[in-house]
Amino acid sequence: FMDIKLFDLNNDASLVIDIPDALCERDKVKFTVHTKTTLSSFQKPEYSVQRQHEDFIWLHDTIVETEEYAGLIIPPAPPKPDFEGPREKMHKLGEGESSMTKEEYAKMKQELEAEYLAVFKKTVQVHEVFLQRLSSHPMFRKDRNFQIFLEYDQDLTVRRKNAKEMFGGFFKNMVKSADEVLISGVKEVDEFFEQEKNFLLDYSSKIKDATAKAEKMTRSHKNVADDYNHISGALNNIAADNNTAFKKHLEKCAEVFEKLRVSISKVEDRMASDQELKLTELLRYYTRDIQAAKDLLYRRARALADYENSNKALDKARLKGKDVAQAEENQKQCLQKFDKLSESGKKELTSFKARRVVAFRKNLIEMTELEIKHAKNSVSLLQGSIEVLKSN
Amino acid sequence: MWFSWSPVAWCCLVSAEKDISPSSNGPKAEPVLFLCICAHMSILIVINFFVFLGDGMNAYMVYKVLTKTSLSIFSRDEVCVKRRFSDFLGLHSKLASKYMHMGYIVPPAPEKSIVGMTKVKVGKEDLSSVEFVEKRRSALERYLLRTVKHPALLKDPDVLQFLESSELPRAVSTQALSGAGILRMVNKAADAVNKMTIKMNESDAWFEEKQQQFDNLDVQLRKLHASVESLVCHRRELSVNTASFAKSAAMLGNSEDHTALSRALSQLAEVEEKIDQLHQDQACADFYLISELLGDYVRLITAVKGVFDQRMKTWAKCQDAQVMLQRKREAEAKLQHANKPDKLQQAKDEIREWEGKVQQGERDFEQISKNIRREVGRFEKDRVKDFRVVIIKYLESLVHTQQQLIKYWEAFLPEAKAIA
Repeated sequence: FMDIKLFDLNNDASLVIDIPDALCERDKVKFTVHTKTTLSSFQKPEYSVQRQHEDFIWLHDTIVETEEYAGLIIPPAPPKPDFEGPREKMHKLGEGESSMTKEEYAKMKQELEAEYLAVFKKTVQVHEVFLQRLSSHPMFRKDRNFQIFLEYDQDLTVRRKNAKEMFGGFFKNMVKSADEVLISGVKEVDEFFEQEKNFLLDYSSKIKDATAKAEKMTRSHKNVADDYNHISGALNNIAADNNTAFKKHLEKCAEVFEKLRVSISKVEDRMASDQELKLTELLRYYTRDIQAAKDLLYRRARALADYENSNKALDKARLKGKDVAQAEENQKQCLQKFDKLSESGKKELTSFKARRVVAFRKNLIEMTELEIKHAKNSVSLLQGSIEVLKSN
Repeated sequence: MWFSWSPVAWCCLVSAEKDISPSSNGPKAEPVLFLCICAHMSILIVINFFVFLGDGMNAYMVYKVLTKTSLSIFSRDEVCVKRRFSDFLGLHSKLASKYMHMGYIVPPAPEKSIVGMTKVKVGKEDLSSVEFVEKRRSALERYLLRTVKHPALLKDPDVLQFLESSELPRAVSTQALSGAGILRMVNKAADAVNKMTIKMNESDAWFEEKQQQFDNLDVQLRKLHASVESLVCHRRELSVNTASFAKSAAMLGNSEDHTALSRALSQLAEVEEKIDQLHQDQACADFYLISELLGDYVRLITAVKGVFDQRMKTWAKCQDAQVMLQRKREAEAKLQHANKPDKLQQAKDEIREWEGKVQQGERDFEQISKNIRREVGRFEKDRVKDFRVVIIKYLESLVHTQQQLIKYWEAFLPEAKAIA
């Protein structure tokens, strides 16, 4: 759902990252991060390391806490792998095993495996995209910790623990109440940022809502697909079980019902899955990305507040006649920082909009094309079944 | 065999609370859904709502029952009468008492529902009351159609009177024979069977096999019915959630500052709204085509099982008669040596009486067995036909839904591509 090719560094082969493999042990997912690089800052041209989700979070947090990147939109951290859905299903499967026929059990098991695989694919993708965004950004790709993440062939656990002690999530906690800073804060003189602020505040709540509603819709769709599965299973039982004079006819029916299971249940399931991947995941991702953009605005607003404070301090110092040089220096630095944030912030926010539009376009088109494909497939299968039933 | 189906119109019904004069164009509710399962095209029954009379808890719905037929047993080829729910129950009660003990599968009448009807009487105009009323109307229609489909019941004078006569004596004690009533009857018969000292020696393998089959079918149908009810419920949820998402997408579109994307998002919202409506219609199809039919069949199976139990009861009666006969013979033998000529004669008379009863019992048993075989054969044929027809209709409704989906998404695709 993120077209990486449209990033600033087009087709740049100097640093290519992918996650070709992942292993799932109980609750922990171990990602294999594979790097190919021609950059001289790396010691080897190719790396393959094992990383856990927590390592990604560590990397994200260290980047957030880095002062130098305050003027950039920091790629949102990938969400924790969520196997709750499949796990619940597995539980249900275990409980209902005794009351199911062999075929039903096998079918449910298949479903479960498919769902598990889908969650798995999603989490790999979202972790991969996070790294790829870093590698394609001119500043992040040079980050020291990023390099360690890609290179270090040992476990990062120790390093992670040390980092936590150092930062203690200071910045993150600050940002939480940042909405007030933005809204009630200093008057914005820059038209661009005023607009962006208003847009982002509004859009972020709307997209959060849309994501939640899309999730609900997708879940209902999956429930419907599930029901069809059970129904065709039950129909099969009825057709198979009844030893009447119409046995032959009923056997034919059983064939049809099995085909129906594919045409109705599987199709509904695919439609729901594709909708989830293209629409719901897209909305989820951009909810996080919008938040990252907002974070940039918060940091800039903080810098502005700092600058205003430094002005006040300078005036006070001049009045008192004490520490004026120091206050002047402080004020100069605050202004520099603020200007730097504004300049890079503008660039970042502009390219962010372009990125967002492209991603939405791509995913909406793909989703629509898939829905059409599935519906057409379903129609032809259904019509086939109708013909068979009518010809009897 | 012909068929017609159109989406249910939800909103028109409970407004028929006021007395509608006969000169008006008929009830405000259109005949929205009827399922004709007649094997022969020579009879058609349509039920319409007519008027809701009375007030408060004594209120009741009057239905218009229209019969169109080419059969000669009817006095006219088109007749329309007014009936209320208890009339239907009364009809069923009469038919059951006449035919069940002979082994005929009498179609069960729709269930009474105190809760559902109370809501309607209290004047609630919400969706569930409207649904309830339409559900009942549709069920009554199917009930009558099934009844006249039975060749023996069609000729029954009570049925003819029900369909033709403008006045019908009020049915009393319509408690007994709703679906629940039948269940009670079945249970009573089952109890009688259990109390039998001699378990019936089923010499006829056919009956043993069939009994087993129907027991299995009962379980399977209930399971299927439960799955379909789940589908209806989830489909309705899907519809609600789709509508909710549509609104949210529209708001997102408004908030979006990129013009082309904003427009596309608004279009997406519109598509989702249309899809929501599709889901609603499909949920109706799920419900009226499949779910209600399954409910009918679950009750029908109960009636079939009831008939099997009647056979057992008949057999038990026959056995009892034989036991009695034996006793009378023993009594007579004793009296042979007692020199009581009056009592001896009485004993001989009683023997003759019970011999007659035994013969009658055996005849009854043979007859009911024969009837049941025929009835079951007919039932199975009809069931297969019923299901096939309904499933075809249902699949066609699914095809229609998918085709609409294709239409909506194909219209949206250029909008998505237009995002610059």
